[in-house]
Amino acid sequence: MAEIALSNIVKRYGDGFPAVNNISLHIDDGEFVILVGPSGSGKSTVLRMIVGLEDITEGDLLIDGERVNEKAPRDRDLAMVFQNYALYPHLTVYENIAFPLRLNKDAYSEEEVRERVQRAAQLLELGEHLERKPANLSGGQRQRVAMGRAIVRDAKAFLFDEPLSNLDAKLRGQMRTEIARMQRNLGVTTVYVTHDQTEAMTLGDKVAVLKRGTLQQYASPQELYREPINIFVAGFIGSPAMNFLPVTQLGGGQLESAFGSFTVPPEQARRLQGAPELLIAGIRPEALQDADLLSPEELEGRALLSAQVDQTEWLGSETYAYLPFESDPAIKEALEELDRDLDGEGMRTQVVAALDPLSRVREGDTISLAFDPADVMVFDPESGANLTRDEERAAEITARAEDQRRRALERAQAETAGR
Amino acid sequence: MKMTPVTRILWIVAFALIALWALFPVVWILSLSLKSSSDVSNRQFWPTEISWENYQLIIDGGARDLFLPALRNSIGISLIATLIAVLLATLAAYAIARLDFPGKNFVLYSSLAITVFPVISIVTPLFNLWSQIGLYDTWLGLIIPYLSLTVPISIWTLTSFFREIPWELEQAAQVDGATPFQAFRKVIVPLALPGVFTTAIIAFFIAWNDFLYGISLTSTSAARPVPAALSFFTGASQFEEPAGSIAAASIVVTIPVIIIVLLFQRQIVSGLTSGAVKG
Repeated sequence: MAEIALSNIVKRYGDGFPAVNNISLHIDDGEFVILVGPSGSGKSTVLRMIVGLEDITEGDLLIDGERVNEKAPRDRDLAMVFQNYALYPHLTVYENIAFPLRLNKDAYSEEEVRERVQRAAQLLELGEHLERKPANLSGGQRQRVAMGRAIVRDAKAFLFDEPLSNLDAKLRGQMRTEIARMQRNLGVTTVYVTHDQTEAMTLGDKVAVLKRGTLQQYASPQELYREPINIFVAGFIGSPAMNFLPVTQLGGGQLESAFGSFTVPPEQARRLQGAPELLIAGIRPEALQDADLLSPEELEGRALLSAQVDQTEWLGSETYAYLPFESDPAIKEALEELDRDLDGEGMRTQVVAALDPLSRVREGDTISLAFDPADVMVFDPESGANLTRDEERAAEITARAEDQRRRALERAQAETAGR
Repeated sequence: MKMTPVTRILWIVAFALIALWALFPVVWILSLSLKSSSDVSNRQFWPTEISWENYQLIIDGGARDLFLPALRNSIGISLIATLIAVLLATLAAYAIARLDFPGKNFVLYSSLAITVFPVISIVTPLFNLWSQIGLYDTWLGLIIPYLSLTVPISIWTLTSFFREIPWELEQAAQVDGATPFQAFRKVIVPLALPGVFTTAIIAFFIAWNDFLYGISLTSTSAARPVPAALSFFTGASQFEEPAGSIAAASIVVTIPVIIIVLLFQRQIVSGLTSGAVKG
């Protein structure tokens, strides 16, 4: 149980390039925090600095208020699950899990070791595999052994370094739920690194989004989704990713796009005053609807765009429609850079709409897309800042998420204590 | 993989042929060593009657003074050369596998180049040098050239072994609460041991089997190893072929090799590290 605080952490390698630049995070006791970002964002480096496998160039790392920058990993009392599991191949599953306890012989009697290993094995359903060697286990079982080794002792915090990236999609989903449940029951502070935004959104109480070594935004998943601070966070969070449309400001909140013009609500229009003429509008795929399926009442107050559909994908629960467009050369560069930052493949610029599966639209049709203009975010192409971000609402969302977290944690703790 | 009966039979035939090809000389020597001196030229593969005469000759008889000191020399010199070679090669290979330093590949590839260097080309200069500095016909005089054979090949094999070790485990152990030394002793050493064993066995065999240095750099039983001593065997009388006693001595020196391989068979089998990481 611990509180971890990073203040102005910098990691510089030999060539002077800062792999991690001035990151400050406060992780509360019992909180589940995700570090997320595309490759090269420095997220794993931050984790390895917390656990003590990388030196900190500048800044302070505090665990429970105590500065631990110079402490060896073993003195920090943190447990870590590695991406490759890092199981000891010459030891059985039992001995692998018991390893951290055996290193501290004075603290644990043989009886206690057995009890703790059994408890961890039971929690992770490893009971029947205890005498096997890691080589004879499946990927999911190895993953569970690695977690067993982390939970067997009362470490101050759990650190996960992309623990699910080597599992197949189905198992990944199951383990994700398992990790979330385990963390709630144990109530241990957890820092989890991933490049997968789905894992970040589903697991995290709070998510820190990193890009090229700098912290972009540190907030609840709900806030990241609804009030992203900049175009990078907006594009990173959400699947399919947010659509970015170059727009020209015509004044009074009216924005002209390749698919037609629309007007944002007055409150947002006010924030756009003084903004450059050329802007980027962001609309989430799920905010777009097929206007043909809506009644006239439902269309009330909606903005409409019309475009030709290039490709559709029917997934059962929804239909994706792809609408390509030629982007303004002035904006193109900003969009291409964003694409690179997001590990994109430099694909063509297109809008994706997640439509109701009842939609009858097919390739080549011209579709009328309806959306609530209040759902549109507007970004400055130069700085990438979200011009329409509502600070008050963002604070409110995160306060509510924090409140929910506390209650869920208390409930889980009460339940565990009751058993 | 499921084998059809035909491929199965073909495999068995292939195995049998290879086994025959490899074992025939050994069986021949064994049979020869069990023939009495009058039986050696009996024009048969097997002895007419099993006789321990040759073994008696080398251990207790006329060849005793030639063979027993040689056996002692061989064991001593090979063991010492192996020990030093493995010790040096372990340090070198650890550095090559784990550290980044200039000239690392040069060390690695020059060690490979040295293994293909023809021994005969340095025997004569060594003979001259050893005679002058007093190393001729001593244990040390053989251990040093043996190191030139065993160290490079040991570096080469150990480096490839060490590269296979998932070093992330060392970090995992440290996070689990181990001191750097504990991490090394409890995690890295158990993983490295099979490689070190295998290398030691290879190095030992190289030293054990050497003939050229043994015959050129020794003159008495003070340092002469078994392979060289065999060439000095004579029959019970000067009119007899020493084939029987040479065969017996050969069998005696082959036995330790076979015992070592059987003992460390499990260690020699690699793949112990599988399962540590994904895959």
